[in-house]
This record gives sequence, structure tokens and C-alpha cells, in this order.
Amino acid sequence: MSDTPIRVLVAKPGLDGHDRGAKVVARALRDAGMEVIYTGIRQTPEMIAEAAVQEDVDVVGLSILSGAHLELFPRVTELLKAKGKDDVLLVAGGIVPDEDIPRLNALGFAGVFGPGTNTHDLVKFVQEKMAEQRIKDKD
Amino acid sequence: MNSQSPISNLQSPLGIARAITQVERGGENTRQLIRALFPFTGRAHIVGVTGAPGTGKSTLVNALAKELHARAKRVAIIAVDPSSPFSGGAILGDRFRMQDLAGTGIFIRSMASRGQLGGLAAAVADALLILDAANFELILVETVGAGQGEVEIARHAHTTLVVEAPGLGDDIQAIKAGILEIADILVVNKADREGANAAAAALEMNLNLNPNKAAWRPPVLKTIALTFEGVNKVVDAIMKHAAYLDEKQLRVPRERARFDRELRGLLERELLERTLRRVTPARWDEWLRQITQRQRDPYSVAQEILDS
Ligand SMILES: Nc1nc2c(ncn2[C@@H]2O[C@H](COP(=O)(O)OP(=O)(O)OP(=O)(O)O)[C@@H](O)[C@H]2O)c(=O)[nH]1
Ligand SMILES: [Mg+2]
Repeated sequence: MSDTPIRVLVAKPGLDGHDRGAKVVARALRDAGMEVIYTGIRQTPEMIAEAAVQEDVDVVGLSILSGAHLELFPRVTELLKAKGKDDVLLVAGGIVPDEDIPRLNALGFAGVFGPGTNTHDLVKFVQEKMAEQRIKDKD
Repeated sequence: MNSQSPISNLQSPLGIARAITQVERGGENTRQLIRALFPFTGRAHIVGVTGAPGTGKSTLVNALAKELHARAKRVAIIAVDPSSPFSGGAILGDRFRMQDLAGTGIFIRSMASRGQLGGLAAAVADALLILDAANFELILVETVGAGQGEVEIARHAHTTLVVEAPGLGDDIQAIKAGILEIADILVVNKADREGANAAAAALEMNLNLNPNKAAWRPPVLKTIALTFEGVNKVVDAIMKHAAYLDEKQLRVPRERARFDRELRGLLERELLERTLRRVTPARWDEWLRQITQRQRDPYSVAQEILDS
């Protein structure tokens, strides 16, 4: 069912302050026809995994600024796996040093988007990945 | 969905969540799922929470759920937000206000209205059946009280809360929107703000004017949802209303009214679909052309389609 809207969880783990970037991304995804569950700042990995399960999202988008991603993100993927919710597309955005990108990719984050990213590219990435996945699911 | 029985799938949050995704899609799989689950429903008490945008519904639902959880009730929440008429997308932000509930086992699901309101009512009704079958005792449903569709959803509830807040102008929003009539409990939230007493008094006065002297008079309760103040009393009122429905044996007539509407709604959609299936897009276009050019009128075209 290609006309079912893509559901995305947008969350910001860690303790650092503002969520301006995450909100911009949420709006861009909404404007592209997606349903965005916005949970805001200070999300623990447990909260993120629980929300991803209950909301049955197709995509989990995590925003980071603090540099704590290498501790928090593995915990998120671990919990998702433990809950059986490992079929989601994982996307990270925010401030990620280049040398960390391969580690994030290895964790299962298919897309890592730096601070200069055009939201258009992010939207396109999610749409293309989801189209691939939905074709796969049909087989 | 795996091949286990639908009811055993509902033992995990993942299974419940996937079942709700299924009913949001509709179609034959949904019909089969509901058919299998329906015998296990009818036990949950459904509480509708509606009111104008920004009155504090989500914050109140958070507080109510926490209090109900403390009273050892199994609680689930459905929070409905409108889809954008332009993109079809939605930002579902209610969960943001319900962070206190993380890790409690309370199941929260955000739903977008996805276009037509009739369809929304059906998806929410089916999601309620799933949560009911999954053994939740109390289900809170948040909707924005702006139009008819929301009122429709509130009708699925056994107990309906209408939430008001001071500072939204002089009008009492619920009176303006004509949704006061559906309230079993009236809540004036943001009681820390100026004007709360006046809002409560206006609601009381409106109730006094109401010629419908039913045995249940909706209480008007003030809350500060942010600090949980007054929330206990709202929970008490919900319990009292539930007991009232039992005592006066009002559950069955309410359910009858609900399924009466649901059945009619299902038939409407099904008959429309079946009828449209017999019509090719080209003929449809041609009819529209004839009507806009005043060669035919809509009534006779509709009749022709029905007779074909
Ligand atoms: N002062 C005060 N603010 C409150 C209270 N309850 C909620 N708020 C604030 O009111 C704003 C809206 O609260 P929500 O719970 O999101 O309101 P809502 O009715 O769910 O909003 P929509 O879902 O967008 O219609 C938030 O900033 C809350 O923090 C209260 O009792 N007092
Ligand atoms: Mg809300």
C-alpha cells in the first residue's frame, strides 16, 4: 500500500538544550506527506524505543548536538532489536564528526546528515529508502 | 503480522501497534482482524477528551493516565491530530506532553485524521476495539474539538470530557463549538490563570439553562494539569460516571447507538465503493461535463448510476 503515509519518529536524545533543527526537519517531513511523531528533547534511549514500537513507525530520526551519540545511539539500536522493532529505517542528523559516520553506518544508521543538510535531500533520502523497502516487503 | 492467532498477537506492545497500523489501512485484512477480535471486546471503558486547540488536553490526559495508573488501572491512549489538507502529512505532537508515562506500560498511539473524517472515525473505532481486546481497562481518546468529526469520535466514548481554558478570548469555546451537549464532565483547565472562575461560572449557567434534566448533571471541575492539581477529582468523576452508567443500565443503549452509527457508516462506504466500481472514469468525467454544462442535473445522473 504505497498510499499509506510514511510514519516517522523524530526525537532528540541527550541532555542538550534546543530542538530547532529537529522541528525544521519534522515540518519538512510533514510537508512531504509523512506523519511525524514529535517527541522533542531529552529523550532517553528507552523512551525512543518504546515510542517507536507503540507508534509502529517506519523511520526513526535522531537529532544530536552534544556529541553523546556514540553512547546513546548503540543503546537505541540495542533496545529496538530487543523489542523486535528492528525493521525501521534509522536516520541521524545534527553535528556528527566525519570520523564517526562509519561507526553510525555500522550501527544501522542508513543516513547521517550533517548540520548543513538541505531538508530536501533528507526528505528525498527517506522517500527513496522507504520506496525500496515497500517493494521488498511485497515480494 | 505473523500467523499466530490475532488475539495472542495482542500480548505484546509490538503486536498491538502493528494491529493498529493494519486497521488504519483498512481493506480485507482489517475486516478479518476485527472479525477475529470482536468477541473479545466490550470490556474497556472509553473516555473521550475533547476541546479547543491548546486548552491542555494532552497535558490533562498525561495527568489522568498517571493517576489512573496509580489506581492500578490498565490504561491506553489514542491521540488524534489533523492531517494537513495540503500535503496529507501531519505533525503528531500530543505524545510530547505525555513524557511522564514512559516506562509505565501505558500504551500511547498517535493517529492522524488522514483525510475524510468518516474514515478517521472508522480507524479510531477499530483501534479502540484492538486496545479493548488487548485488555486495557481504560482508554483515553484525545481529539481536537473543532468540528463534527471530532464530535463523532467522542460518541464512541462512554464518558466524554470537554476541556475548556481561560484566556482564549471571552467566548466559552465549548458553547461556541456546540460541543457542550456531548460533555459528561466539564473541565476548566489552566485554573492557575485569570478567568478560570468566570469560565466555570459560565459553564454552570449554561447547564442551568439546559432544559434536558437528565439524571446525570455534568460536574464542572477546575484543574491545573501541569501540576496535577484537581486531577484526582476528575478521575473520581470518571469513575462515578462509569458507575452511573452501570447503575442506570445505560451502557447497552449507548452501545446500541454507537453501533447503529457504525453500521450505517460501514454500509455507506461499502455501497459507495461498490457503486463507483461499476463506473469507468471516462463515464464519470462525461457525467461531470454534462452536469457542469447544465445538460443534466446531479439527481438524474445519480439515479442513472444507481439503476445501471
Ligand atoms: N498555565 C497552564 N498551562 C497549561 C496547563 N495545562 C497545559 N498547559 C500548557 O498549555 C499548552 C498546551 O497544552 P497541550 O496539553 O498541548 O494542549 P492541547 O489541548 O493538547 O493542544 P492541542 O492538542 O494542540 O489541541 C502547553 O504549553 C502546556 O504546557 C495548566 O494547567 N496551566
Ligand atoms: Mg494535544
